Amino acid sequence: MSSSTELTHPDNQPQPPPEAPLFEKPVSRFGDRVFSSSAMGAGVLILVILAGVAAFLLVEAWPALWADPDEVPGGDGIVLYVWPLLFGTLLAALFALLLAAPLAVAIALFITHYAPRRLATALGYVIDLLAAVPSIIFGLWGLSELAPLTVEPTRWLEENLGFIPLFEGPASATGRTMLVASIVLAVMILPITTAVIREAFLQTPRLHEEASLALGATRWEMIRQAVLPFGRSSIIGGAMLGLGRALGETMAVAIVLSPSGGVTFNLINNGNPSTIAANIALDFPESSGLDINVLIASGLVLFAVTLLVNMTARAVINRRRDFSGAN
Amino acid sequence: MAKRIEVKDLDIYYDKFLAVQGVSMTIEPRSVTALIGPSGCGKSTFLRTLNRMHELVPKARAVGKVLMDGHDLYGPQVDPVAVRRHIGMVFQRPNPFPTMSIYDNVVAGVRLNNKRMKRSEMDALVERSLRSANLWEEVKDRLKRPGSGLSGGQQQRLCIARAIAVQPDVLLMDEPCSALDPISTQAIEDLMLELKQQYTIVIVTHNMQQAARVSDVTGFFNLRSIGEPGGLVEMDETTKIFSSPSNKATEDYVSGRFG
Repeated sequence: MSSSTELTHPDNQPQPPPEAPLFEKPVSRFGDRVFSSSAMGAGVLILVILAGVAAFLLVEAWPALWADPDEVPGGDGIVLYVWPLLFGTLLAALFALLLAAPLAVAIALFITHYAPRRLATALGYVIDLLAAVPSIIFGLWGLSELAPLTVEPTRWLEENLGFIPLFEGPASATGRTMLVASIVLAVMILPITTAVIREAFLQTPRLHEEASLALGATRWEMIRQAVLPFGRSSIIGGAMLGLGRALGETMAVAIVLSPSGGVTFNLINNGNPSTIAANIALDFPESSGLDINVLIASGLVLFAVTLLVNMTARAVINRRRDFSGAN
Repeated sequence: MAKRIEVKDLDIYYDKFLAVQGVSMTIEPRSVTALIGPSGCGKSTFLRTLNRMHELVPKARAVGKVLMDGHDLYGPQVDPVAVRRHIGMVFQRPNPFPTMSIYDNVVAGVRLNNKRMKRSEMDALVERSLRSANLWEEVKDRLKRPGSGLSGGQQQRLCIARAIAVQPDVLLMDEPCSALDPISTQAIEDLMLELKQQYTIVIVTHNMQQAARVSDVTGFFNLRSIGEPGGLVEMDETTKIFSSPSNKATEDYVSGRFG
């Protein structure tokens, strides 16, 4: 404002041409340099670590991949060795996700939209606390408390729902079944999944909630119209984070499950396969030579599967980007 | 369809804080009623009591009577959800559902009302609502695209289309143009003049020229003094409010001598 009045003022002399250009070459500022290089350093570091792990897995797994089938434990080659473990891993993780994801969405909704504020805060702490419990504790709880509790119900399932392959039986007498392992896994992935989803629900714009309510939506209709669609990609993201954790979880499964190496969808008998991570944990101490390479090869498979899960999740989230509300 | 609203001795509270006191007014059907006044005087708060959106704020409540064609909106048997289905609202910032297409945004309210509707009926409703909102020609080729991809003015007209698709009795507008450029504002003002043939329209605005241009009746809200609750100072024909108001404060405000 003031400069324009000065320019029009009659007494004002025209400015002499500046001796140096007003804008010189870009100034490099210390803070900017520190920030950009540390941010880039962190980005590169994660790639280096990941590449290091991948290289380690590949190098160590290499001998097992080309080994004579007779030398691989079981005697049928690496593929048939890893397959039941992979199947067990996927079955346990997927079933855990199936239990945990709807529960996580419900808890997150309750905390963010239904519970009185004090109860919501307390409940939030309790859920976070679950994440702080070491996995071996969950394993012990599953083995000594949950497993015996499931013996009677699984018998009932076998008798009444035995026509479903999942509950074909015969029901285990100890309860150390895939069902219990999955339930324990579900409890373990609940905190991270709930936390991610809860954050998303909390960030639902008030504007969209009001738009819905002003149209005459009930609370549940508003949640369906504004909250759930807004949180959709976070629900997928949270579920996939949970799935990633369930795939890699070791101790709880190692303790709970009493595996026998079969490939079956039957959740309640004693014929379940182990999971890759639990199998490595249990067999590694007693292995040597090629057996170690075989175990690491199974770890390589787990690595690839987890990578695939995460990439799929990204793809699902990106496909709906236009509608995400981020623009 | 358009209905008359009568407000009698309405006090509006946020918890124990009395925000607006003693408002009585009659809002005529098939007209535009503008509410003007300085910030914080309770115009928007008052507007939100007309469709019971006010009580969504924890511990907020309103005491008094709001009658729509004689039915008390605050009666003991009245479901606020039902009230909101009869009284539509357009907000300050355009708020189409970002996760929905333009088409789905328009029918969002109709889908809530659980009406079973044939595809062809729904298509017709979408076209009719978008035409009423003067948006049809601009979006007819991209109804399946997200509503958030439109410009601000188009988004606001989409919100108006969404509000009128359920054929409300009354349309409330809370500073609907304050986030828009002059061209979009003009489009919305033209639209209001068309819509008042069918609806009762109440608009809160900070723009006095806008109130003068679009409204038939204007109400001036003000705080009695700092710390006191707000209230309705004067309400009259818009031409009278802007030429010869009977209250000194109104005159000061509309002539820009205020504050």
